[in-house]
Amino acid sequence: MILFEDLHKAFGPKRVLDGFTLAVRDGETMVVIGYSGTGKSVAIKHVVGLLEPDAGRVAVDGQVVSELDRAQLTGLRSRIGFVFQFAALFDSMTIFDNVAFGLRRRRDLAESEIEDRVREALALVDLAGTEAGMPSELSGGMRKRVGLARAIAVRPTYMLYDEPTTGLDPVTSAVIDELMIRTREALGVTSIVITHDMRSAYSVGDRIAMLYQGRIRQVGTVAEIRDTADPVVKSFIEGRPDRSASEAATTLSAEEGIAVEGAQG
Amino acid sequence: MLAAVRFSDRPTAGPSVRLVPPPYRLTAFPPYLGPVLAVIGRQAVGTVAGFGLLGHFLADTVRAVPDLRTWGRMVVQQMRRLGVDSLPIALFISAFTGIVLALLASYVFTGAVPMYLVGTLVGKTIIMELGPVLTGLALAGRVGANIAAELGTMRVTEQVDALETLAYNPHAYLVIPRVLAGTVMFPVIVAFAMAMGLFTGWLSATTLLPVTNAEFMRGLRLFYDPFDIQFGLIKSASFGFVITLIGCFLGLATRGGAEGVGSATTRTVVYSAEMILVLDAFWAVTLLRHP
Ligand SMILES: Nc1ncnc2c1ncn2[C@@H]1O[C@H](COP(=O)(O)OP(=O)(O)O)[C@@H](O)[C@H]1O
Ligand SMILES: [Mg+2]
Repeated sequence: MILFEDLHKAFGPKRVLDGFTLAVRDGETMVVIGYSGTGKSVAIKHVVGLLEPDAGRVAVDGQVVSELDRAQLTGLRSRIGFVFQFAALFDSMTIFDNVAFGLRRRRDLAESEIEDRVREALALVDLAGTEAGMPSELSGGMRKRVGLARAIAVRPTYMLYDEPTTGLDPVTSAVIDELMIRTREALGVTSIVITHDMRSAYSVGDRIAMLYQGRIRQVGTVAEIRDTADPVVKSFIEGRPDRSASEAATTLSAEEGIAVEGAQG
Repeated sequence: MLAAVRFSDRPTAGPSVRLVPPPYRLTAFPPYLGPVLAVIGRQAVGTVAGFGLLGHFLADTVRAVPDLRTWGRMVVQQMRRLGVDSLPIALFISAFTGIVLALLASYVFTGAVPMYLVGTLVGKTIIMELGPVLTGLALAGRVGANIAAELGTMRVTEQVDALETLAYNPHAYLVIPRVLAGTVMFPVIVAFAMAMGLFTGWLSATTLLPVTNAEFMRGLRLFYDPFDIQFGLIKSASFGFVITLIGCFLGLATRGGAEGVGSATTRTVVYSAEMILVLDAFWAVTLLRHP
């Protein structure tokens, strides 16, 4: 269970998260949608302690991330797989070494076991046989798959995906969606998927939450979000820029009651 | 005519001039000094804050030292890379410095001073000052910039975040190997540079100048003190330490894409060059004052 409680984060004068609250239940896939630059990446970076909250907290399995010492944080991180938006592969290493990287840190694995695990992870993302290549030789979609393999090789209990399909063609996006579903079935992971690709959100998500102006605007099942009455969520998922963000903000403050109710769902 | 007056900063008499506003007015506290002082103040505060952050960074790095398993296997690789990167340029610089020093000494000494002192001057200067400092300055550009660009790129492409999420400590994995390699390898590189500078100094003295091999050697030995070499090598180690530390610090602090990487690289070169000169003076003041 991952719990964001009243999270606040600002960079200088810019308030990015402003009372972000969200509960991700064990075993579910929570999709977080929202406009670019609203702080979706900032939010999930708090889960692995890459950022410290200004106020509020993030708890994973009851452990408050910002209160952990180095050793505990290392323990937490080894239970979480993080797939970065641009894959963030180590470009000085082969694909094999990239995927093996997280495993090499562990004392209990022999080199032969590491090799097995790497092959298994690469097979899961349909990239068997590419071990010797370098990341620079790969297409964007393949890089993301290697990034996914690197994250699942450590057999995490949580997966965090930062825009896994952004910038990919529709067919490659569908492949990534399928891999996320496959990963969930193979590892039984709890996932947070950040995306603004609604097709992807509907196909991989159990629940969808929309981040808007620093907090969750609405959270609900896929069906609930699809039939939302909230005009902000509606215009986002339908991709209709019919109102400017500031206009929407002022008009909607009157309807805050409805929105907040939604956010607690 | 008018244009000429307008660009002159000296108030000139004449009716045509009055139409042009004077470029500045002297008052007790000239208004333009306000922004200037503000900038200076901000920079001073920024510098102090920068040193504070660097101190924190160093403390985090020291705290990562027990994680030998992570950094141990990276050190040799960094040492090799640093040596390969820097040795050619260090030798190149010291070769030419040796030649110039021999000729400069003979030019200064002509007539008044015995020529064997050419050996003394070349030896002392190369070993104690120019070997370490010129190599250090060149390597601030080569090694420091290289580290800042590499770590900066890793930062902006989220590779550093990826390291952390895979439960690595970037201080242990990236910083310690580089700083350690720099501190250990710089004295080695400078030792080669010293040998090269002495050799070219000797070569030019004995071939181009009326100095014999025996005279040069006599001068070299005359005031020789083993401390000289220690002094040069200690300095070099401190230069290696600050160059690599600043490169790592600014590289990992990079923000904002390719432009950020460029700025981290330039600032690394400038700051490490400044720190080298400051440290150079520091070592002179602390170690060179004979009782
Ligand atoms: N480390 C940082 N330093 C300063 N500003 C940041 C940092 N990380 C993110 N931001 C800012 O926070 C805002 C939200 O960023 P992000 O979470 O990446 O948005 P997105 O929802 O598209 O993932 C952006 O305006 C970004 O500029
Ligand atoms: Mg993002």
